[in-house]
Amino acid sequence: MIGFADVSFTYDGADRPTLDRVDLTVGEGELCVVVGPTGSGKTTLLRAVNGLVPHFTGGRLSGTVTVDGRSTREYPPRELADVVGMVGQNPAASFVTDSVEDELAYTMENLGLDPSVMRRRVEDTLDLLGLHELRDRPLATLSGGQQQRVAIGAVLTASPRVLVLDEPTSALDPAAAEEVLASLTRLVHDLGLTVLLAEHRLERVLPFADTMVLVRGPGSPLVVGSAADVMVDSPVAPPLVELGRLAAWEPLPLSVRDARRQAGGLRLRLHGARPATRDAPAGAPLASVHSVTVRYDDVTALDAVSLGFGSGEIVAVMGRNGSGKSTLLGQLAGVRRPSSGTVRVDGLDPAGLDPRALVARVGLVPQDAGVLLYGETVADECAGADRDTDLTPGTTAAVLERVLPGLDLDRHPRDLSEGQRLALALAVVLAPAPPLLLLDEPTRGLDYPGKARLVRLLAELAAAGHGVVMATHDVELVAQVATRAVVLAEGEVVGDGPAREVVCHSPVFAPQVAKVLSPDPWLTVDEVRAALSQEPVRG
Amino acid sequence: MPARSGRRGLHPGAWWLWAACLAGAASRTTNPILLLLIGSVAAFVVAARRTSAPWSRSLAVFLRLGLAVIVLRVVLVVVFGNRLPGHVLFTLPHVPLPSWAEGVSVGGPVTAEAVLQAVVQGLRLAVVLLCFGAANSLASPYRLLRCLPAVLYEAGVAITVALAFAPELVVAIGEVRAARRLRGRPVRGFAGLRGMAVPVLESGFDRSLQLAASMDARGYGRRVPVSAGARRWASGGTAVGLLLVVGGVYGVLVAGSLPGGGIPFVALGAVLVGVGLAAGGRRTQRTRHRPDPWGTPEWLVSASGAVVVGCLVGAGVLGVSGLQFSVYPLSLPTLPPVAAAGILFGLLPAWVAPVERRRTPSVRAGRPGTPDGPDRGRAPAARPTTGPVVVVAPGGRTGDRAA
Repeated sequence: MIGFADVSFTYDGADRPTLDRVDLTVGEGELCVVVGPTGSGKTTLLRAVNGLVPHFTGGRLSGTVTVDGRSTREYPPRELADVVGMVGQNPAASFVTDSVEDELAYTMENLGLDPSVMRRRVEDTLDLLGLHELRDRPLATLSGGQQQRVAIGAVLTASPRVLVLDEPTSALDPAAAEEVLASLTRLVHDLGLTVLLAEHRLERVLPFADTMVLVRGPGSPLVVGSAADVMVDSPVAPPLVELGRLAAWEPLPLSVRDARRQAGGLRLRLHGARPATRDAPAGAPLASVHSVTVRYDDVTALDAVSLGFGSGEIVAVMGRNGSGKSTLLGQLAGVRRPSSGTVRVDGLDPAGLDPRALVARVGLVPQDAGVLLYGETVADECAGADRDTDLTPGTTAAVLERVLPGLDLDRHPRDLSEGQRLALALAVVLAPAPPLLLLDEPTRGLDYPGKARLVRLLAELAAAGHGVVMATHDVELVAQVATRAVVLAEGEVVGDGPAREVVCHSPVFAPQVAKVLSPDPWLTVDEVRAALSQEPVRG
Repeated sequence: MPARSGRRGLHPGAWWLWAACLAGAASRTTNPILLLLIGSVAAFVVAARRTSAPWSRSLAVFLRLGLAVIVLRVVLVVVFGNRLPGHVLFTLPHVPLPSWAEGVSVGGPVTAEAVLQAVVQGLRLAVVLLCFGAANSLASPYRLLRCLPAVLYEAGVAITVALAFAPELVVAIGEVRAARRLRGRPVRGFAGLRGMAVPVLESGFDRSLQLAASMDARGYGRRVPVSAGARRWASGGTAVGLLLVVGGVYGVLVAGSLPGGGIPFVALGAVLVGVGLAAGGRRTQRTRHRPDPWGTPEWLVSASGAVVVGCLVGAGVLGVSGLQFSVYPLSLPTLPPVAAAGILFGLLPAWVAPVERRRTPSVRAGRPGTPDGPDRGRAPAARPTTGPVVVVAPGGRTGDRAA
């Protein structure tokens, strides 16, 4: 269905190819997952399928990409719209109309379908993706998960034979991600659709994958195979697979259910052992919100929330899309004044501080990290950050080297991958060493090594007395590093306590290891590994 | 004509027609009272009929732009002067310039007449800008895009990028301000302005290009084969027609530059464009899911705009006094009643345009969850309890997985 034959692609001005002699065949009706480190060219690979690369990006493509027998050389993206449906990383940016129903019909209108056919397909798609209650809603008012489903529906109505998705669950809470993936599986099973999707959060997609493509970056050939085969020695692997490798399970489990069936022995071996406590030191108070309410028009985003944050703490703020997590971070960073209540950071009202005084006390990395970056090059960006806050020249670059080693300093921030941009934004915010660090969805677009570096960095910062508050959907990140978890629902605090307790007892927020080894409170593979290494040798 | 579904707002084309008529009317007068009246009419209608969409805040931005135009105009007159004689307010030191800069003078006496004239001329431009802002606030750029014929594909994409640009810019300004504050950089004053210009433009361009790429990937501009001759006729007719329209609009805006006030040119051009588009339309295979209806409200709104511009053009042709404001002698402008009454017709849309009824979401949602955060303008909102209910057992998989 999709064929890459000896495809190389070089962006204009780049000195080495992003895709290097790629050969790949994806058969009809397969759900194929593309994995690989940050910046290895996954997005480029996906966008080459319908010809957006190179028709829209420029650059030089050699070899041939064929979809359903049509070569992207002869067919521009618009002539492939009836065969390939493409859903980008940021679904909101791909919307062409402003209401759900119009958006669903747009591709069909361009294909010139009969209005009666359009009506029927719109209805079918609304049902298929559970969107019928949203049909008249303006797109701007949808939640992230709903936007993602609308974006998928909008390309599905044209009944393409291939669906290409770039990180379809990265912005979604665990339950919404589950919904989207369930819809996709239904399409593959019922309609014989071929799906090619890239995803960093492997733990979410692995159970659904038929085949897997491992992109290892320029210069190394792709690894293609069944999910279980590729996972045996993949450098990127979800906690489940790592647990399987540790316990030498054969075959490697790809779903929690598989793992639990093999885990009896491991649970016995771990019997009596307890994970090392991850106690939050009772540090000095850094910031607090006191009965803060934030309203936008008729919506209450935060409802009388009172919380305190101390140094040395790593607090994970969890909850559904739209439960008020970002608003809470925005309050601590003084982005907006609360409708009522008081916010204090270092004893001061952050909304009243001038920008320089603000960044010395609190740093926020927003969800779309790219908005913080304006420099012409990475080096320029770092130098600018040093100047902004009167740091010794080179400080930011040094922080960047710790967050993401080996980033090319001459590249333009806009040409970086999502994950690289995040690393750069993180370095810029961390450079003035604000006592309170706020992260909004920090692992979006980050690969496992990147996440591991972030975890180390956050642990170091906490040990040095910084307070970290992060809003995240990534339960594995919370499992690895958080000392305390706060759960928000509809703007109210519904849970607040040590991360292990909050997370282990929640069905939605439990990490994979906890699900496999419940009821014992293990959170990460590292904890299990440490416990096993202390295990007395048994005859 | 399909029945109006009730939840749709006015056809965006009608808003643009109405706003263009107001702008045309504004360009026909220099009477500050009439100009202010036109501006107020536009602002009133926006206040009455705008939605909560991100672009509905465009008016404020255009208002500021208009004020900046007036200030700039006055500053230029004070510094470089047009040496209108009259009451001298103050005198700037004269700066001698080299001989090659003959004709340009810097400094000298500044008269009340010169300043007043600059204010009035600036005001006229500001009101035209305001009308443009009103159209931007009222008409959804996305719906307008869907009405664009896909005949001239490249031109279509260019128009897309241009149309989506202004509203996206307004969204981008908010984002960049918030982000700059987080970087510890100034957000106010000249330093703030200079630092913000590049990122704001960049993100506006980015968004517009993403939109264009997305339209392409979803089949915008697909063609069916047609003979080369037919294609040439279609493109040629449309191009010549557009040129005539542009020339004619110039004639309407600049009184006396073309015979008949340029209106015959606009009419002829429009016919040519229509024929060209119809011929070219055979090359595209587009159909409409739910066509935006052009019904009574659309006719009424366009007609109200036509009345406004008609009254001012007519008054100009008939030589009604008070349409042009003169600084000699310095006196308060008079109010020509016919023109003023005509302008008030422009208020009609505030009542006849249908309100865009947006169905209230079942559970509390409606507004982006993080409008204060530097988000993409279409931020996620509270997730209503739609879709399948996810039942999960601790330690197990979620129960909602499709087979």
